[in-house]
Amino acid sequence: MQQSNIYIIVYSAVLTIILGFLLSGSAQFLGPRQQNAIALDKKKQILGAVISAEEIALMSPEQVNEFYASRISAIVLDVTGTEITKEGVTAEKVEIAKDYKKPAEERAYPVFIFHAEGKPDQVESYIFPMYGAGLWDAIWGYLALERDMNTIGGITLAHAAETPGLGARITEAKVQARYVGKKIFDESGSLVTVMMQKGEGKEYGDDAHKVDGMSGATITGNGVNNMLKAYMGHYEGYIKAKSTPKTAVALLLH
Amino acid sequence: MSTETLEKEVVVKPTEPIFSKRRKKLVTDPLVDDNPVTVQVLGICSALAVTTQMKPTLVMAISVIFVMALSNFVISLMRNTIPARVRIIVQLAVVATLVTLVSEVLKAFAYDMYKELSVFIGLIITNCIVMGRLEAFAMGNKPYDSMLDGLGSALGYSWIILTVAFFRELWGSGAVFGIPVFDYVSSLFGPDFKLATNGLMVTPVGAFIILGLIVWVQRTKTGYVEY
Repeated sequence: MQQSNIYIIVYSAVLTIILGFLLSGSAQFLGPRQQNAIALDKKKQILGAVISAEEIALMSPEQVNEFYASRISAIVLDVTGTEITKEGVTAEKVEIAKDYKKPAEERAYPVFIFHAEGKPDQVESYIFPMYGAGLWDAIWGYLALERDMNTIGGITLAHAAETPGLGARITEAKVQARYVGKKIFDESGSLVTVMMQKGEGKEYGDDAHKVDGMSGATITGNGVNNMLKAYMGHYEGYIKAKSTPKTAVALLLH
Repeated sequence: MSTETLEKEVVVKPTEPIFSKRRKKLVTDPLVDDNPVTVQVLGICSALAVTTQMKPTLVMAISVIFVMALSNFVISLMRNTIPARVRIIVQLAVVATLVTLVSEVLKAFAYDMYKELSVFIGLIITNCIVMGRLEAFAMGNKPYDSMLDGLGSALGYSWIILTVAFFRELWGSGAVFGIPVFDYVSSLFGPDFKLATNGLMVTPVGAFIILGLIVWVQRTKTGYVEY
């Protein structure tokens, strides 16, 4: 009996249904918790561009949410740098990963503004999300620019599936610290961003556009470089608009 | 019928204690004498992939222990109803479900770990040790014995990958569980002294070398020879 075709078909069907229920049940049950975990992780990544990882690690989830609410405001831009003020468009809702598949002109570009506590006018830095491809899968991150819209205040990088110990090191504070203080524009004002170099252990202290690489992870490094270049390009309109007044003054002074 | 791959059902007396000598052997045998990695040479792929650092390796080991013990138990419960012709698919479905559950639970309760390990957790499904024990033991033995057998094999796998990870992280990144041991040791010998790390150790090649050394040491001690 156990070898009959009917038995096999019925057995497989029943098994599939039971396992299916088990899986969808667990997804339903754990779903809200997972969504919270994802949202919290995103906030931590955004904050990671402006405060140190150790500080974030010490905060409880509630403290992270509170800190985020009081210090971060956000706007959404189109590719020209004009703010999208349509109803229902909020920076938190924009999914960079989904938008990445659209042509650059059709994407929405959120900017997270880090400001003094409860005072949205006193901007401390601007945080730009980025998304790109590493060696195996997607990489993404958040880059904070200081008020001059040129100096990098901090960066967080994350990845879906880079090699542990090699490309996955982009998440290390030590690697991310290499970007702090570097500039994205050269002296003539054209966008060059910051390039991670091949090989590791060299000092690039004098060069505002180069950082030390990760040994054994050149392709991931290139992915980070391409991502930076692409997204800083997309945000260039906004960045230029925000920094123009100061450049104008600087030109007058010359 | 292809039951010839199954081990003979062991006759168990109803009064057998929970931790009888025979049952203890089910757990302890795969630790050294019948180790799934070093003797049966199974699960090598994941032993290379996850072992660059201790922390992810530990989570991987715990996940494998959970999946193996439970899948052996479940399959053993079902063993008399499973149609022989689709048994591999049935086993695979059960293992895949358990693995997905592990991954979902990690995602909800330990999101940082999930981010680091999601790829490897999925790979437990393809770990030959899991399917191997289901085929060789759980399909022909009682649930409790099968669970012990799964536990033993998973522990045997775990200590090997943890040992490999220890040396790979120590020599490759100069750290253990992310604690920079090499930096501390170097600082004892003055500011100019620096222990060098070996980049080979973070690549899969390093895992092969260490695994080979473990097999060598182990076989020297046990006298095991392959014919």
